[in-house]
Amino acid sequence: MDTFLTDLARLLSLQDANTRTVLLGTGTLGLAAGVVGCFATLRRRALLGDAIAHAALPGICLAFLVVGSRSFPAFMLGALILGAFSAGVIAMVRAYTRVKEDAAIGIVIGSFFGLGVVLSSMIQKRPGGAVAGLDGFIFGKAASMTSADAIATSLVAGACLLVVAALYKEFKALCFDREFAASQGWPAVALDLIIMALVCACTVAGLPAVGVVMVVALLIIPGAAARCWTDRLGVMLLLAGLFGLGAAVIGAALSATLPAPPGSLSRGWPTGPLIVLSAAAAFLFSAVFAPRRGLIARLLAHRTEIVAP
Amino acid sequence: MTAPDLTSGDLWTIAVAVCCSVACGTIGCFLVLRRLSLLGDAISHAVLPGIAVAFMLTGSREPWAMLGGALAIGLLTAGLATGVRRLGRLPEDAALGVVFTSLFALGVLLITWVAPSIDLDPGCVLYGLLEFVPLDMVTLIGADAADSARIAPGQFAATPTLEVPRALLWQAGLMLGNLTLITVIFKELRIASFDAALATTMGLSAAVVHGLMLTSVAATTVISFEAVGSILVVAMLVAPGATAQLLTDRLGRMVMLSGVLGASAAIIGYLLAVWLDASASGMISVVAGSQFAVAAVAAPRYGVVGKLIRNARLSQRIAREDVLGLLYRVHESGDSRPASLPHAQVLRAVAPGFRSRLACWQLRAAGLIQGMSGDELSLTPKGVEQAAQVIRAHRLWETFLSRNLPLPLDHLHEPSERLEHFLTPEIQAKIAAEVGDRSDPHGKQIPSP
Repeated sequence: MDTFLTDLARLLSLQDANTRTVLLGTGTLGLAAGVVGCFATLRRRALLGDAIAHAALPGICLAFLVVGSRSFPAFMLGALILGAFSAGVIAMVRAYTRVKEDAAIGIVIGSFFGLGVVLSSMIQKRPGGAVAGLDGFIFGKAASMTSADAIATSLVAGACLLVVAALYKEFKALCFDREFAASQGWPAVALDLIIMALVCACTVAGLPAVGVVMVVALLIIPGAAARCWTDRLGVMLLLAGLFGLGAAVIGAALSATLPAPPGSLSRGWPTGPLIVLSAAAAFLFSAVFAPRRGLIARLLAHRTEIVAP
Repeated sequence: MTAPDLTSGDLWTIAVAVCCSVACGTIGCFLVLRRLSLLGDAISHAVLPGIAVAFMLTGSREPWAMLGGALAIGLLTAGLATGVRRLGRLPEDAALGVVFTSLFALGVLLITWVAPSIDLDPGCVLYGLLEFVPLDMVTLIGADAADSARIAPGQFAATPTLEVPRALLWQAGLMLGNLTLITVIFKELRIASFDAALATTMGLSAAVVHGLMLTSVAATTVISFEAVGSILVVAMLVAPGATAQLLTDRLGRMVMLSGVLGASAAIIGYLLAVWLDASASGMISVVAGSQFAVAAVAAPRYGVVGKLIRNARLSQRIAREDVLGLLYRVHESGDSRPASLPHAQVLRAVAPGFRSRLACWQLRAAGLIQGMSGDELSLTPKGVEQAAQVIRAHRLWETFLSRNLPLPLDHLHEPSERLEHFLTPEIQAKIAAEVGDRSDPHGKQIPSP
């Protein structure tokens, strides 16, 4: 416990270069993903991020096969290409066949992730394949982030936030009144595509920290928590960004400082689940305690109504 | 590279994969139809903490305990998603996303905590341990089950005892259970899938049918994950059903087809995996996805190519009929025979580009028009007969419109120009009986059938 407190003190004082790196990378990412995720949820595309994330795994494997070594930019590029491809596949299945979007997402998740598993099983058997660190991408391993990785991640996050800031008015109209947006002469389809691209960028940038299976939580949960507190989009985005930032920082900090589970081979705790559970705790707290929309507030309002007609 | 010989261990593994794929594929059809595909995904992720808690409580990998824990969580997922949706006022998919990522995260942490004392890591929940199926055999017939030396694959074949992999018993039982359930409540499932309100008015409880289906999905997910991994379960619950949906319109056929597609994906995928020395469950998922891709492109009725071909043929028929109609009007007005029109003028009037050229070429080949391209075109006697039918449809519809709707005369041509291609002889006869078939509102004669 002593070591835990010392670690925590070191972490909070940001003495460690590695800690600064990890917190910078995951924190900015959590912020951007929280904001972008609000638009994804409002456009009813919450689980598209899940498909993109799962499709990123074969992209990372292919990048490793092409480059032949562990290269963060190459991995991200491969993930981005296959992630965007999977989003395109889902859109085309929805547009051109009678199969519905949920089934399209399920098929993409299953078969693309299956492809990733096939490729990674082949890579593991190759000489030097074990160093690829592909497992880290499945459950998230923020501790292995280098400072260059963290800077790249925060640049992506910053770019996403800039796009949202620049197109805030247009996105808002698109989410709440598509016809109005179209009547203003704004290209609704192009705006939709930009939102998809932002989702894609945040998902891929989040892979190293949170992992393929859980990165979609970074997009959905902060927005869901923020929704409990407000009816205004601007406030919701701000809160979602803060929740995302907070969850990412708390999760990464816990992962770095919690003593490894007893008997484990110094594996430590995976970052992804800790970040997701921090976000889930924020959601649960918001859903219960938020004024007006929270569970308690609603129960109280209900009672008042009955008692005093 | 040649395919390595298959051992009896491989055959047992294939049997397990086939049973699992059939079990998932058949019940998965109903998930696809009810747009609940992602529930399978969610449940298969969410069972992780259930397994971990069951292990922590019982301290062993007792299958029944794990199954109970996972099944409880699996059913809880559906309930929790509804709860979160109401609590946070979220769209359905977002609520599902909140629930299953949180549960999966919890499961990974719990398993990381207990992992050193148990050979279970989160990875094997995702990919499954299909390759290890033949290592865990149980004796069905015969005595010497305790002889641990015979767990090596391939050894049992010569003895009179019958040993089967433990996973096969589970998967075969699951498959039979799902098939029985679907057969027994097929009618109820069908009504509840397509028209839940009708089911309720008929005294069937849609909720009970829904609950049975969800229980079956949860049981399928939970029983399958250890052998084949949750990723294969997700793929198999959705892909074969969606593929079958592209191939047929009948529910019974869809379920059967989905089972067959699942089984074939399992066999082909496993053989490919052996050949490439890669993960079997991953490869089976890839094959299931490829089946869907092929069907989406090439399915006769609902495939993209089939649709394009049908559209192109329809536009071509319309272009041909427009050429015939145009030439007929020239033929009708001209006193001198043969009444003809320059080729270029026909092309301009009908449709610019390739389509009208092809139409003229087709009509010439069929002997309905005469004249070279770049020259004057006119109808042959046979062409006059055919063209008369197009014009008859056109003028009948003009007559019908002017009798029934207060439209000015110059508003009749446009709609009739479109509908003339779709009026069958039966409809023409009915219209003729209703409004007569002498002359159209413009005073032109309506050709006889």
